[in-house]
Amino acid sequence: MKIIVCVSHVPDTTTKINLGADGKNIDPAGVKFILNPYDEFAVEEALKLREKNTGEVIAISVGSDAAKEAIRQALAMGADKGILVKGEKSDSFSVAEMLAEAIKPIGADLILLGKQSIDFDGMEMAPMLSELLDLPAATVVVGLAIEGTNVTAEKEVEGGKEIISLSLPCIISAQKGLNDPRYPSLPNIMKAKSKPIEEISGSPASGRTSIIKMDKPEKKRVNKIIKAEGNPQGAAIELVKLLHEEAKVL
Amino acid sequence: MNILVYFEERAGSIRKPSYEAIEAARSIGATSITAVIVTASAASVLSDTVKRSGVSKIIVVEEARFAHYSSRAAGKAVAEVAKQANADVVIIPATARGKDLAPRVAVRLHAGYVPDVTALAMHEGRLQATHPVYAGKANVTIDVLTPKKVYSTRPNLWKASKEQAESAIVENVTVAFDEKDFAEQTKELVLSQGKLDVAEADIIVTAGRGMKGPENWGLIEGLASAFGAAIGASRAVVDAGWRPHSEQVGQTGKTVSPTLYVAIGVSGAIQHLAGMSSSKTIVAINKDANAPIFGVCDYGIVGDAFEVIPQLTEEVKKIKH
Repeated sequence: MKIIVCVSHVPDTTTKINLGADGKNIDPAGVKFILNPYDEFAVEEALKLREKNTGEVIAISVGSDAAKEAIRQALAMGADKGILVKGEKSDSFSVAEMLAEAIKPIGADLILLGKQSIDFDGMEMAPMLSELLDLPAATVVVGLAIEGTNVTAEKEVEGGKEIISLSLPCIISAQKGLNDPRYPSLPNIMKAKSKPIEEISGSPASGRTSIIKMDKPEKKRVNKIIKAEGNPQGAAIELVKLLHEEAKVL
Repeated sequence: MNILVYFEERAGSIRKPSYEAIEAARSIGATSITAVIVTASAASVLSDTVKRSGVSKIIVVEEARFAHYSSRAAGKAVAEVAKQANADVVIIPATARGKDLAPRVAVRLHAGYVPDVTALAMHEGRLQATHPVYAGKANVTIDVLTPKKVYSTRPNLWKASKEQAESAIVENVTVAFDEKDFAEQTKELVLSQGKLDVAEADIIVTAGRGMKGPENWGLIEGLASAFGAAIGASRAVVDAGWRPHSEQVGQTGKTVSPTLYVAIGVSGAIQHLAGMSSSKTIVAINKDANAPIFGVCDYGIVGDAFEVIPQLTEEVKKIKH
């Protein structure tokens, strides 16, 4: 089984975001970058499938040299090799095009990726790849079963799950709950350093969207704090009154 | 400006975020709003309410195979309709289904796409869309450069359009599907019984580590039921296995924008705040007066959740009835 995992390199969830001088991006200074957490579920699923069916797991990323860190992390988890598509990420659509272009000649049985990158949170990569590669896809998947070429995926939706049936080759985007991603062991981290990362040049289209500005949400909060000490009932009465009369949400 | 709005069907009804998308379309000065419905059975979905939802025309793509919904086939249908209707803008609600559908429509129309839009406005003749990034730690305002533009709108932020006297014209459009359009099929929808999902709830009660153990969630359920709220969970309690990940609110969980968000025993880690900071009113209940959650709330109670919740449940019941 030939499995491709698309990975991205994103700021850690615990990172505080500061705006860059251009007012259109974040200031990367002091920001810790990690392998996108949802991609970890995708890598783990790929490794489990390789263990069961043998084959190869290829981690691929689009971006600058820094994106190699995300690939390296996937290699440390156990992926066999990496591909870095070097190119300007003007928007998600152009990233999807560069990924599709790089993936097409490989002839993978399965393409796995996280349901979204936790930087731009767009969730558009898997559906876009599905269109560009002309392959079926199931997104936001929390359960996956593969028998021969038959694939059954459980997609998380509002209030429950959808059971989707499709067949290989296909694209699956992973949601938390699909599996428990392994931690790379020290020997595997060492081994990952000598695994190959092939570099290819993407041909980025000019973006179809452009960022006018990036800013931080500044919502003024009322910030009334009630001390319940000794009188929880009084505190509850006051809170409900405020919600009803002041905030008018009850 | 011709705007096409996607009407999402679930179990024979059109879901509320579709009516909110009409309002989003209206707010940017649409000259005409057309709806598209992709369905296995037009007769069962075209109710009076749907026809009077405020769109001038409803284009129906009826195809028996949609009994097993396929996102690819739906994407093809919506893109075809957008071309035929000469839509400048396509708005799709950013629901679980919409987030899968909208990027497909964008690719098929070679259009720029902005996902999960929280604000849409005309500015000097250009349509500007705001999209939260880094789980809401920042917003980007985006200009779509292509002639056709696709947006998905976050549920709960626009009011649903009111029922109108005027009924929409209904038009059927045939789309030529081939076998591979239905290569993926939704076989079944399994709903968690009687559970309201945080992603679409108007009120959310979220609990965290301060609840001490999963056995204490009865208190949370009682309060949530009094509010008519969905139950959310912090990452800590999901990672500890106390609650399912479908309840998780935050950067690696769901991003929510309810009218009222009540956080109980949640300290307010940055990744949690990211997921709920666009809520209209935020209430925090925590023993620790220094918990970061108190810095971002509208109303807070510093106190023992185990003492406060039963009292609060009673008071909410009184006002709700």
